[in-house]
Amino acid sequence: MTAVTDTAPTAPPASGLMATLRHARHVIGENPVTGLSFGLFALFLVAAVIGPWIVPYDPFESDTAAALQAPSAAHWFGTDQVGRDIFSRVVAATRLDMAIAIFSVALVFVVGGLAGVAAGYFGGWTDRIVGRLADTIMAFPLFVLAMGIVAALGNTVTNIVIATAIVNFPLYARIARSEANIRREAGFVQAARLTGNSEMRTVLTQIVPNILPIMMVQMSLTMGYAILNAAGLSFIGLGVRPPTPEWGIMVAEGAAFIVSGEWWIALFPGLALMLAVFCFNLMGDGLRDIIDPQRRT
Amino acid sequence: MSAETVLEAVDLRKTYQIPRGPFRKPRDLHAVNGVSFALTPGRTLAIVGESGCGKSTLARQLTLIESPSGGRLLIDGKDAGAPSKDERKALRRSVQMVFQNPYGSLNPRRTIGAALAEPLIINTDLDAKARGEAVEAMLTKVGLRPEHADRYPHMFSGGQRQRIAIARALMLRPRILVADEPVSALDVSVQAQVLNLLMDLQEEMGLAMVFISHDLGVVRFVADEVLVMYLGLPVEQAPAATLFGAPRHPYTKALLAARPQIDPDERAGRPAPLSGELPSPLNPPSGCVFRTRCPLATDRCAAERPALRPVGDSLTACHFAD
Repeated sequence: MTAVTDTAPTAPPASGLMATLRHARHVIGENPVTGLSFGLFALFLVAAVIGPWIVPYDPFESDTAAALQAPSAAHWFGTDQVGRDIFSRVVAATRLDMAIAIFSVALVFVVGGLAGVAAGYFGGWTDRIVGRLADTIMAFPLFVLAMGIVAALGNTVTNIVIATAIVNFPLYARIARSEANIRREAGFVQAARLTGNSEMRTVLTQIVPNILPIMMVQMSLTMGYAILNAAGLSFIGLGVRPPTPEWGIMVAEGAAFIVSGEWWIALFPGLALMLAVFCFNLMGDGLRDIIDPQRRT
Repeated sequence: MSAETVLEAVDLRKTYQIPRGPFRKPRDLHAVNGVSFALTPGRTLAIVGESGCGKSTLARQLTLIESPSGGRLLIDGKDAGAPSKDERKALRRSVQMVFQNPYGSLNPRRTIGAALAEPLIINTDLDAKARGEAVEAMLTKVGLRPEHADRYPHMFSGGQRQRIAIARALMLRPRILVADEPVSALDVSVQAQVLNLLMDLQEEMGLAMVFISHDLGVVRFVADEVLVMYLGLPVEQAPAATLFGAPRHPYTKALLAARPQIDPDERAGRPAPLSGELPSPLNPPSGCVFRTRCPLATDRCAAERPALRPVGDSLTACHFAD
């Protein structure tokens, strides 16, 4: 335990947003890997927001005269079978892939997280229902389940988001359940009830903030998985349809050309996919450090 | 009962139903089986016993976390047995609790200031500034400094955390404080500081205190009155001086004998310490619950449960006490 001495602390802990920002900067600066992952994430965000306006070519415009060109100064990542610029398409695809990942993870974070917290805190029938639901979902091979959901609901982006959220539900519900469960009899939770907090308020102010760091790490890990899942669905022809720029479709389209030596069509969207997953996986630890006050010194 | 009594328990009971599968009747577990006492402001009642004797269950009832399954609990003369939601909220303000483990009783994600202000947000209409002032005043009162309000629990030692827990319990100016083993998780060197703080605050605020402990040295230091429990039953109830000077019940005697003693001459004359295990509360012995471990036990003890009866200054539940 840190003894609190009579010397004045070097930086008086300021409250609110400023302290959080200062702490975030410290965490990112302290660990180069975390810094790299946050930098990559910022790059992806920029590409997602302004990508379609800054790319050198229209991602939909075909130019059959320039089809299947290898990477060059004019076409950095080369061109595909109908002469579209792959660099432009890879950048333009960021928006759709990020949106699918972020919305599906946000959806499952809220729904799965709250269901799990309720199960862990209230126990009894709530726990049984949430537990069985999670078991049922886990009983299917997850990618096959996602395929089935998209096939049944229809081939739209919204349905990919929903399907990705559903296959991740057990993960979130289980983690939230176990973390809420070990805290429900903790002294600070009992003390909150004793001072007259309602059950709902106790859950939201005492339990949820404490399991947030763990959920954050999970969120960042599943974000990578969500991107892979969405790209996988597109790859097999479910989900986003051509000619929409999307990494999964682009890899699928390029796969046919690898044998004939045009490797760049599949490689560059694949690399973007890999970098995105890599970036999210590395971000997890950094996010936890930012959100956890015990790391603040 | 005197007009001043703030907390009174009359034959308080708590029974849990232990399920035994779908086709068998659940079995009753009598965790607290008839406890009575009355407490006035400024006085301390210590509840003593081995683990599993019902101390903590009793604490949970006194703090209205659980409702008693029998008997009556009066807070300030009002029946707290089965209050409505609004009554419960009002009654809860007058009973607060200090928990055993100072490492688990503070939310690691909230600053001390936020934790202390919390009860005020729900129960009073003070604005943020007034709450801040109240928090700082309370921190000073428990021997910490106002600037500690911005820090997180992990920056404090165990003793300091327990001071914070005490401050939180007192924010609503309760009339009754239930302290569940408040110093047993602390280093011996800081136990006395925290106990002194509790006693000073008790005097200053006129608190009635229920002090739950298994440490007789600590009990002797703080208690005005002591209630010794065994398997959910009170076996002896006496003013502290009487209990420590002239224990009547063989269980009390055994507990006192089990205290660590440095002086070998003192040690030599004591009765042998208790042997055997605490019987299962699901299947308590017939008659006197203590008879399986009692040096004085006879056939009468197996047949007839001794009632609490006055012997000298104390109430004791033993056929042979005199």
